[in-house]
Amino acid sequence: MTMASTNASAFAVPVATHAAVSTAGLAEKVSIRNLEFFYGDSRALKNINLALYANKTTAFIGPSGCGKSTLLRVLNRMYDLYPGQRATGEVMFDGQNLLDSGVDINLLRARIGMVFQKPTPFPMSIYENIAFGIRLYERLPRAEVDARVESALRRAALWDEVKDKLDASGLGLSGGQQQRLCIARTVAVKPEVILFDEPCSALDPISTAKIEELIDELKQDYTIVIVTHNMQQAARVSDFTTFMYLGELVEFDVTEKIFTAPTDSRTQAYITGRFG
Amino acid sequence: MADSRRNTLYAARRLRNTVATSLAYGATAFGLGWLVLILGVLLLHGFGGLSLSVFTENTPPPGSAGGLLNAIAGSIVMTVLAVVIGTPIGILAGTYLAEYGRHDKLASIVRFINDILLSAPSIVIGLFIYEVMVAPMGHFSGYAGAVALAVIVIPVVVRTTEDMLRLVPDTLREAAASIGLPRSHMIVRIAYRAARAGIVTGILLAIARISGETAPLLFTALNNQFWSLNMNAPMPSLPVVIFQFALSPYEEWQSLAWTGALLITVTVLALSIFARTLTARK
Amino acid sequence: MANDHILKRFDEELERLNATINEMGGLTEAQFAKALQAVRDRDTAIAEEVIADDARVDALDVVVQEQTVKMLALRQPMAVDLRVVLSSIKIAAALERIADYAKNTAKRSIVLAQGSAPPSAVAGIDRLGRLVRAALKDVLDAFADDDVAKARDVWDRDEEIDQVYTGLFRELLTYMMEDPRTITACTHLLFMAKNIERAGDHVTNIAELVSFRNTGQNFAEARRKGSGALYTTDTAP
Repeated sequence: MTMASTNASAFAVPVATHAAVSTAGLAEKVSIRNLEFFYGDSRALKNINLALYANKTTAFIGPSGCGKSTLLRVLNRMYDLYPGQRATGEVMFDGQNLLDSGVDINLLRARIGMVFQKPTPFPMSIYENIAFGIRLYERLPRAEVDARVESALRRAALWDEVKDKLDASGLGLSGGQQQRLCIARTVAVKPEVILFDEPCSALDPISTAKIEELIDELKQDYTIVIVTHNMQQAARVSDFTTFMYLGELVEFDVTEKIFTAPTDSRTQAYITGRFG
Repeated sequence: MADSRRNTLYAARRLRNTVATSLAYGATAFGLGWLVLILGVLLLHGFGGLSLSVFTENTPPPGSAGGLLNAIAGSIVMTVLAVVIGTPIGILAGTYLAEYGRHDKLASIVRFINDILLSAPSIVIGLFIYEVMVAPMGHFSGYAGAVALAVIVIPVVVRTTEDMLRLVPDTLREAAASIGLPRSHMIVRIAYRAARAGIVTGILLAIARISGETAPLLFTALNNQFWSLNMNAPMPSLPVVIFQFALSPYEEWQSLAWTGALLITVTVLALSIFARTLTARK
Repeated sequence: MANDHILKRFDEELERLNATINEMGGLTEAQFAKALQAVRDRDTAIAEEVIADDARVDALDVVVQEQTVKMLALRQPMAVDLRVVLSSIKIAAALERIADYAKNTAKRSIVLAQGSAPPSAVAGIDRLGRLVRAALKDVLDAFADDDVAKARDVWDRDEEIDQVYTGLFRELLTYMMEDPRTITACTHLLFMAKNIERAGDHVTNIAELVSFRNTGQNFAEARRKGSGALYTTDTAP
């Protein structure tokens, strides 16, 4: 419940509306406090305060350019790949501020996995796509790697479709299968948090439904964050929804509440298709 | 009427289209015509002199029969050494430009200089190597020839490596990073793998480029009438032999020059086709 | 609830839905008033009219259902739009029930016109009826104007209606005990009172729905009587 009470004084007017009731008793996996983000001189995120709850799915929604993807990419410090991008504030993960310069970024990313908008299989076999990540941080006998690959593929509901062609290139799969392969690859590394950046925007409705079902199942073991342009998707898969607008976190609440009776008029306007 | 106006406009547009298309076809036919002529003459004269002895005998003294064995061997040896020297340097530099130096000031300077080197006249490169290697050593040598060729190889490989690595989508890099892969691993195990066909193509094109170079070898490896694999001594090569024989008054030499030209052309053609199939397969 | 969707067709559909509900409300209000008039004036002709016109209200209810189902399927309404569509279905159903009660009351008024009912009891029915009728008018105004405060006022008045009903109930029981010859007439009056009271409950439901569609919240107070659910339209016959 820290985020509801933290830094109330920092707001001249209450910028964000937070759920006051339904989060009680939930563990905060990631706590974001006073986060600001800059692309060069332009401020892309303004004073973000937010908690991501363990074993829950949190969706970020908002119009293009509102900062939702930027916020997601702060969580695994993906922005570090590019010069001129920086974040200030606190993103607490396991008692450590992951924005600190001392954080080992590669280890961090092994714990906070990410699935991208376009499927990004590595240019190697289906088996290698998954074994690759496993071998990065663990030295395992071949049989154990095999078992981990299988369980990851099963977890991603892809095993039955690829078990007879594990040596075929991952690039030969269909878009939906590639995306599930990427999810399997992420899961195989055994992260604690999985970030989904518009994972279905390039997929057909059936593949989308499969991914959504998968996200729902993964929730049991992982904390999930999903950025999506598809509001129905956010409504279908998430427990909590964050509405962002112009780099601000406008409203955070239980998904049900956001989609039936949002508090902020901007959220309402966006959700009901009234943004001009 | 709007209709009639549209019709006149449309007719004019069609006319312009026909004229432009005819001009384009004409220009293409003109260019290709010369190419066909060159290849035709080359095949006509080259095949005439082609025989087994071309590959088994060394270059003959004026007025007698012989082959091109020593020149072929010299070309292969120097080309291989040039590629061995130039490729790693080129790939590493290209990797710096595409992966590490993307936003550096230094990278844009390196890229600019590389572009100059890419289009520098090869005779300048020959003169340069003459100054830094041949003159201090006091004699022409196969080493100097190979280094001169390597200097030509490097900018080609740098350019293709950088271009090919840039074609690897950033999302793939991010995906690699997202499972905790350090950057160096990402480059070696993901980016190189994704760009492999393109990089190999670049190397093949560089080989094709140097296998026909004469000017840099004239000032560096010079020539040698006899069989020699001694890299520390003047070394024969196909282009230089062609140059020398073609300008000579002796008929046997001229015939051998045509045959050598055919050999180089066929080799370059084969390399180009192989390079194309490599990229097409991707 | 400004209608300024990016998709203009959606605005038009929402407006049409509101118009249908308003029309249905006006018709139901008229039916209810006429039924009360039939009881008060022992006017059989008007009673017949009410019975015949009930089909028109039913037909409008069907129209609302069609419109809402179409919007749910094609527009996937969210937030306020979703609440508007859902509350419209519920309000239409409530209005349909109120009109049914008006019809029942009209039917009984025909039977009653042939016998002799205690005039003071008939006056009691009229008083109860006028309370509910006023509440119905107000709640329809509140709906048309998105006036949550007014809806809240209607919601509060339900208690008064219940009290009047309870009083009337006792009165009728007293008549029947005093003079068994009035039992037939009083039983009809008792059923009428019950019908009118039920209509009042539906008016209260509509008041809640007006609040729900505007704010997403129901009137937080616990209902006096056990039935606490917000969305129920009917629990008793």
